[in-house]
Amino acid sequence: MSCCVDADSVIALASDSKASNEEMLLASRPLGNGLRQVDLSVPAVHCGACIVTIETALKALPVVESARVNLTSRRVSCVWRESVGGQPSDPGAILDALSGCGYRGHLFTAAPEADDKLRMKLLQAVGISGFAATNIMLLSVSVWSGADAATRDMFHWISAVIAAPVLIYAGRFFYASAWEALRRGRTNMDVPIALAITLSYAVSLWETIHSGEHAWFDATVTLLFFLLIGRTLDHIMRNKARSAISGLARLAPRGATVLEADGSRRYVPVEDIAVGERLALAAGERVPVDAKVLTGESDVDMSIVTGESRAVTVTPGSELKSGAMNLTGSLVVEAVATARDSLLSEIIGLMEAAEGGRARYRRIADRAASYYSPVVHLLAFVTFLGWGIFGGDWKQAMLISVAVLIITCPCALGLAVPVVQVVAAGELFRRGIMVKDGSAMERLAEIDAVAFDKTGTLTMGRPRLVGSGTADAQALSLAAGMARHSRHPLSMALARQVEAPPADFETVTEIPGAGLEAKRPEGVYRLGSPAFAGTAKDEDSGARSSVALSLDGRELARFFFEDTLRPGAQGAVAALQGQGYATYILSGDGRPVVSAMARRLKIDGWFGALTPKDKVEVCEGLAAKGHRVLMVGDGINDAPALAAAHVSMAPASAADVGRQAADLVFMHEGLEAVPAAIDISRRAGRLIRENFVLAIGYNVIAVPIAIAGYATPLIAAVAMSTSSLIVVSNALRLGRLSRKADKATEAARGPATGTLPDAMRTVS
Amino acid sequence: MSILVYLIPIALMLGGLGLAAFLWSLRAGQYDDLEGASWRVLDDD
Repeated sequence: MSCCVDADSVIALASDSKASNEEMLLASRPLGNGLRQVDLSVPAVHCGACIVTIETALKALPVVESARVNLTSRRVSCVWRESVGGQPSDPGAILDALSGCGYRGHLFTAAPEADDKLRMKLLQAVGISGFAATNIMLLSVSVWSGADAATRDMFHWISAVIAAPVLIYAGRFFYASAWEALRRGRTNMDVPIALAITLSYAVSLWETIHSGEHAWFDATVTLLFFLLIGRTLDHIMRNKARSAISGLARLAPRGATVLEADGSRRYVPVEDIAVGERLALAAGERVPVDAKVLTGESDVDMSIVTGESRAVTVTPGSELKSGAMNLTGSLVVEAVATARDSLLSEIIGLMEAAEGGRARYRRIADRAASYYSPVVHLLAFVTFLGWGIFGGDWKQAMLISVAVLIITCPCALGLAVPVVQVVAAGELFRRGIMVKDGSAMERLAEIDAVAFDKTGTLTMGRPRLVGSGTADAQALSLAAGMARHSRHPLSMALARQVEAPPADFETVTEIPGAGLEAKRPEGVYRLGSPAFAGTAKDEDSGARSSVALSLDGRELARFFFEDTLRPGAQGAVAALQGQGYATYILSGDGRPVVSAMARRLKIDGWFGALTPKDKVEVCEGLAAKGHRVLMVGDGINDAPALAAAHVSMAPASAADVGRQAADLVFMHEGLEAVPAAIDISRRAGRLIRENFVLAIGYNVIAVPIAIAGYATPLIAAVAMSTSSLIVVSNALRLGRLSRKADKATEAARGPATGTLPDAMRTVS
Repeated sequence: MSILVYLIPIALMLGGLGLAAFLWSLRAGQYDDLEGASWRVLDDD
């Protein structure tokens, strides 16, 4: 136990379903010598105490060889032994130990190795170009301060020798990207960059060979160094978000237990399940592939698939969609589709079709470059012609036009966007919001309408006890005691929320689709739907579900449940409307429920009973009317709409596909994350525009100097560094500004509530 | 000016040493968990 986790969450974790030994085995990779390594994502880790708690708890296990927490990526890397004392070991104990100290561990799918490699390459390039830049600058300063004749030539030659390999090694990122753009007949920021560094190097080399006075090696390499920093920051930001998001990737199940014809059981990965195979599905497991129930009865939570919040009763013959959660009874099901043809894959198909609009979006930097680079190139060319024709000296004309290219090279522009976005992403990360890439922030700043999914987004997607009628303390305690034996969402809500000490029941049988039954000397207790309990039907059901407790058919108590509103939902919607955004609900749930929710939150427009495809169509319809929509959703059924909308957000509790489709993911429970993210993105957008203005203002001053032929390498170096510094310091204002704003709101509101472990409780 | 013949290689070599140290630390994973490292330094064991 640590400062960071409350006792409550430990209890909540203990009652959750966990990955089995087989899943752990599938997720870990062999290291040889009977050792295996598994990487677990533990999103709740956030301070030094967490590190110590987790590492101590894990290392105490006999199965664990070593464990190390990475606080940056919120992961625990754990090496475990395949056998302890000759017995096959129990890796599930690792997850148990984690939840024992209050942290939820998730297995996650293959690490994004390629990304890590690119990051490494970029950092190496930054290091090498930095080394070259400082050394060449050292030599250049000597030249500027008066070295001449043979000494100057020697310094130029040394610079040339240092710069050449660096240009190829560190410049390759820009060359590759510029070439890629040119090949497609487009232009991007990297085209003027590649051109400027190549030309300036070529001209400097030519000057050096002819013992010229001015060489630009320092400008060339410094430019490369600054731009690589921008590029690296951009990449690291994206990478950080991606590792945190994919880290959460909780099990669309990895495998399932197949029942062979001879009655034996075998655990196989999801991809290997064939149509017609019989699968055993215990209570608390997710349906791995689309299937049909053969034997058994149960309640199934389809909310992640349909958005419908109430559990559905299934009997032999019922169809199950992959991703649904089996709640109460054991089932034997027959696979009717392979993993590839299951609902999930259909949804992914829809998403790919919907993503066309987003692919057409061009980043601000690229849009700026499409205006900027033709102007710059034209300017340099005109300068060249002008000096050539009127001055008559073509060599000097060449030198001056290269000076123009170097001065105008978008060094500040190249930093203007990534630095702001990295600072903004850090700011969002501090509030538990993850951004997948910079373009998401740019798009978020442009929206004018927000569409919410209902179940799981506006609400928590889990029922809450809202009324217990006339029940006395004894009835409450009886109900809680029975409810403890079931995984049905209503039972779990009852057990969680009733404060009376639960009564002890020795055997409670669960009748799927109906309720719970327990025998005691005084009679038969039943807790379940009013029909099952043997009491009167509901008068008004509406959006509420009710559960009755009866003794031999006589009603003792009646409980009412409602889906809980996500904390902050009301405030978030009001804040959005206050800022002039149109708000909508897009839900797969029934119309009456949706309209009630819309009235309650005073939301402008609502659409009920939508299929995933309908949701996409609504999004596209809004877009056709000229709206730019932010879609906030969590379910599998929202994923296509998340991909179709201009920009999208999902809570961390969302389904895997939903999180993959969303541009932003928020980790805390509160919906305040939505207006906060919009606010920060808009502020970032404003800073980016300010930075453009600064960078262009700098050009307006510097370019005439260059065209007039007064730009020496010294002036270029000073001007370039100054403009970059100004742009970077302007970007850093974002962090300071919002910290100030934070302090102001905190002082007004008192300390923040809603801890991270809390938010994680809903992920499963 | 003949002193330059020694000084420049020395300067480059020192710079190269720094670069080598950086590349080594990068490959050895010294920058993998910067946040964690800042907490671990406070840990007693």
